[in-house]
Amino acid sequence: MQQSSDTPVAEKPGQRIVEFDSHAVNFGPQHPAAHGVLRLILELDGEVVERADPHIGFLHRGTEKLIEYRTYMQNVPYFDRLDYVSPMCQEHPFALAVEKLLGITVPERAQWIRVLFSEITRVLNHLLNLTSYALDVGAITPILWGFEEREKLLQFYEDVSGARFHSNYFRPGGVARDLPAGTEERIAAWADGFPKFIDDLEELLTSNRIWKQRTVNIGVMSPEDALAWGWSGPNLRASGVPWDLRRAQPYEKYAEVDFEIPVGRHGDCYDRFLVRVWEMRESVRIIKQCLEKMRPGPVKVQDWKFVPPRREEMKRSMEALIHHFKLFTEGFHVPAGATYTVVETPKGEFGVYLVADGTNRPYRCKIRPTGFAYLQAMDVLAKRHLLADAVAIIGSIDIVFGEIDR
Amino acid sequence: MAFLDRTARQFLLLEIAQGMWLTLRYFFSRKATLNYPYEKNPLSPRFRGEHALRRYPNGEERCIACKLCEAICPSQCIVIEAEPRADGSRRTTRYDIDMTKCIYCGLCEEACPVDAIVEGPNFEFSVETREELMYDKARLLANGDRWEAELARRLELDAPYR
Repeated sequence: MQQSSDTPVAEKPGQRIVEFDSHAVNFGPQHPAAHGVLRLILELDGEVVERADPHIGFLHRGTEKLIEYRTYMQNVPYFDRLDYVSPMCQEHPFALAVEKLLGITVPERAQWIRVLFSEITRVLNHLLNLTSYALDVGAITPILWGFEEREKLLQFYEDVSGARFHSNYFRPGGVARDLPAGTEERIAAWADGFPKFIDDLEELLTSNRIWKQRTVNIGVMSPEDALAWGWSGPNLRASGVPWDLRRAQPYEKYAEVDFEIPVGRHGDCYDRFLVRVWEMRESVRIIKQCLEKMRPGPVKVQDWKFVPPRREEMKRSMEALIHHFKLFTEGFHVPAGATYTVVETPKGEFGVYLVADGTNRPYRCKIRPTGFAYLQAMDVLAKRHLLADAVAIIGSIDIVFGEIDR
Repeated sequence: MAFLDRTARQFLLLEIAQGMWLTLRYFFSRKATLNYPYEKNPLSPRFRGEHALRRYPNGEERCIACKLCEAICPSQCIVIEAEPRADGSRRTTRYDIDMTKCIYCGLCEEACPVDAIVEGPNFEFSVETREELMYDKARLLANGDRWEAELARRLELDAPYR
């Protein structure tokens, strides 16, 4: 607090004009609603946010540099750790980029498995985001219910890959292993029951007046601004721009499945919630179609230069053993070239700019994080909102620091 | 009519009451939680937990010190030293895993040509000091002996897919 010396308004007798400096408040990095390690410096005027200044880098691990020193096969686990809420979707663009440079196409079944698990990942991500967003705003129940559904999905993750989160499953050349027997039936059974859960979730939130008071017309982003800030994914669609990479440039089998793309109208926190809820319903539709259209077959390219041979083969055949040893020591060489490959992760456009120089390691791997674009617009979103609304905004834009800090 | 409907909803707190009713139904429905140390979720045969070094049924250790696991490990947490034994066979003299570095990606298990190093079903190996997580060969072999029945069953179940 400080008394102003040269005020433009003339003081009247018996009246004193006092000017207050705005307060700067540290929001995070240990704030429970900061979604990880976000440090937000909020300049406040009373309870109104004048300026929001996100500071990042608390989770910086130098992933891009680490990738340059590892073979292509060793790099896959590092992508799980970027956006740790949707691991398989992060491996996807890397696998696609390497396949593009190698000029190989993965077998049909592998593509269906990838679509299937991309959509399971989408549900996983949206479940955690929506329910923790509700928790930030004050509704505790959804997250408790949501975790039950997440547990079922993580069980599928564990069945196929052996890990609940850091799956290391989408490899360049296919997927690590085929689905174990019975997985498809279990996923189908889950997909039948899940829409009921979405209905319950919506019954708690969608028409709830407290929820609406906290989110409607909060953090409004116009379509023009959203595009200018580099937004993508559900946040961009909530602003009314019908842009989805699954539809705009279909990869894998997305051209062969039938789904709708929900688009919002107002671009506020409430629309971002609605778009994500609807996306979960569409994901269930895609999952059902995948299960219908999947046929038995190989799940890796049948070329031992890029994927390890089958184990029984490796133990019998000398040639297979040599391939096995070469792959796990030297790895495969990728022809020189560069590619920018994107996929629609649950959060939006996630891209890998991969430069190969003909050796067994990437020359450069630039990762285009999705959340960074959302976070940089934080100042625009939160300006002239109440402090409590900043929490709702952070929840609604769905940021994860694994990928922003890399 | 719409006005009446809206006003009625506003004053009767209809959507709040519906939400409360739903919560009450969930309160009396079957619980999904487990009483953890006594109840556990089933684990998939592919689960990647604590490492173990396996032996052949005759007691001979499987590892032949080919160092494929050391080469593939993305976090470089495996250290192997080897020399020929008195009977002329090549075996490791040192097999260390830094469990604090390990990222549990499962590549060592995939790389091993003799199924020696495996990631087992054990996930309850928390300790109180950092030093205890620097596993040496004796510890890994002891893990293998302790979990062998389970490890063999898991490998057999997953064999058709590998």
